[in-house]
Amino acid sequence: MPSITVIVQLGLVFAVFVLLLLSSAAMVYAERKVAAFIQQREGPNRVGPFGLLQPFADVIKLMFKEELRPGGADTVLFLMAPVISATAAIAAFAVVPFGAKTTFFGLLDQPITLQVADVNVAVLVVFAITSMSVYGIVLAGWSSNSKYSLLGGLRSASQMISYELPYGLTLASVLILANSLSLTDIVNRQEGYWLGFIPRWFVFVQPVGFLIFMIAGVAETNRAPFDFPEAEQELVAGYHTEYSSMAFAMFFLAEYINMVTVSAVATDLFLGGWHGPFLPASLGWIWFLIKISALLFFYIWMRWTLPRYRYDQLMQFGWKILLPLAVVNLLATAAGVILLGV
Amino acid sequence: MGFELPLFYVFAAVAVVTSALVIGQRSPVYSVMLLIASFAALAGLYVLLDAPFVAVIQIIIYAGAILVLFLFVVMLLNAPKEAAPWERVAAGPRRAGAVLGVVLAGELAWALWHAALSREPAGGGQGMPAHAIDSVRAIGQVLYTDYAFAFEVTSLLILVAMVGAVVLAKRRV
Amino acid sequence: MVSLNHYLFLSAILFAIGTTGVFLRRNMITVLLSIEIMLNAANLTIVAFGRDWGAVDGQIIVFFVVTVAAAEAAVGLAIVIALFRLRESLDPDAFTSLKW
Repeated sequence: MPSITVIVQLGLVFAVFVLLLLSSAAMVYAERKVAAFIQQREGPNRVGPFGLLQPFADVIKLMFKEELRPGGADTVLFLMAPVISATAAIAAFAVVPFGAKTTFFGLLDQPITLQVADVNVAVLVVFAITSMSVYGIVLAGWSSNSKYSLLGGLRSASQMISYELPYGLTLASVLILANSLSLTDIVNRQEGYWLGFIPRWFVFVQPVGFLIFMIAGVAETNRAPFDFPEAEQELVAGYHTEYSSMAFAMFFLAEYINMVTVSAVATDLFLGGWHGPFLPASLGWIWFLIKISALLFFYIWMRWTLPRYRYDQLMQFGWKILLPLAVVNLLATAAGVILLGV
Repeated sequence: MGFELPLFYVFAAVAVVTSALVIGQRSPVYSVMLLIASFAALAGLYVLLDAPFVAVIQIIIYAGAILVLFLFVVMLLNAPKEAAPWERVAAGPRRAGAVLGVVLAGELAWALWHAALSREPAGGGQGMPAHAIDSVRAIGQVLYTDYAFAFEVTSLLILVAMVGAVVLAKRRV
Repeated sequence: MVSLNHYLFLSAILFAIGTTGVFLRRNMITVLLSIEIMLNAANLTIVAFGRDWGAVDGQIIVFFVVTVAAAEAAVGLAIVIALFRLRESLDPDAFTSLKW
């Protein structure tokens, strides 16, 4: 019955879309709660139980705000920039698998992977789409006709290009280990255990790679301590200084969805995806959720703990430490695969 | 595969229209953005040609790196719009340029038309089976054996370009 | 069925557009962009032929072309920056002092 498969696939697309939107709402809430916890405050606690409805109140507030457009702004690009940001953020998730093959309780004849599109060059597609997200920020900075926005946009362009290189090189070392470009294959290579109890996750083979990937991921998503494009103290709000209302909300959304995507890709590449003990394979997505949540918590934790780098330090770090380290890691991985025949 | 022909025309139309707009555009920022659209359409064509690897490379390297560099330079120089792009060029050279462009297009089309008539289809046009993952593997296999020398020379080229760019753009080396 | 000729004609049109851009434009950045269009037109031809012959060599050559294009863009843009510092202009006609 191909028609049911098509319906299920479409439902999956819709579900992933809604879940991504909800995840960013959850992230807003989590960020504020964790920040409050770290700073010994209460955090949002007025709207709904424990302030759980706060993100929705925020969205409603944003919707009713006035849409401002600075004089001398380039209208077309000014309106396009947040759309590009949000689209790139959501599209990148399309090829990320988040659960084992399932038939949805026997509904389907052929089991399908919990993934919007199974592309066999998935890793490269994720990389390609994330590399497009820089345009949203750069264009926002340029079209606002404001020097703070422009500086934010320029910074983000150089930052994202610089950190894409170590990011890509660590991807390459995982590809060498997994011998495949498909994220589903990569996850399935991490099934099982060494010595009966250590999971076969690539993070244990590639600790340095995982570290580089996470650092570069933080830089790619413009999060603290690498949040130069929007460094409040220097650039007001960076590239989205001039944005208000829903256009601003789209940048916000893009930032959180990018975090979710980077965490999801990191989980698939290094943390064994949906594989984990105690749960049957059909419930693997619970493991996936747990792993993603842990990584996201780490992100938030880092933001509220570490001070911002200086811009030149960031560039120095990216080019003179992270990139050479990534190259050495790649060479070591290749040598290891040849010598040990893993 | 009934989708292939309509898809081809959509992608081709997007590529041609956006490319034409790139060169008919005053603002360099718009030119760069339109070129990205054009390259995205080309990437779609590569997928139609069973070359997903090339398509992704096109997006990663062209759209994700080279054009970001262009955009960066445009923004860095805060490049002024060309005051009046067509009027600045004297009428004579301008017409000559336009005529030459059309002549070139016609010439290429004519040459292709004749080549197409005389040519025998080699692989049968649609003979190549679509095995994307094998295609990446096959590319790697050929790239690092038959083309190993060219590959190494390319790395030298990149090194030279890198040194050249730094020397040229830096005020004091 | 899309034949090889479809791709070849498309590539010819794109190449002509790129060439026209180099002829007509008086902005060094746009001229560089036009060159990128021409390179891409050539790439399309190469991939189309490679598919027609059932060989991967076409895709490999594209790989090299893209690398060369990246190097070209880096050096070209560096030259543009250096020239802009000298004359505050992107018009190639501003740099004709060696010509007489």
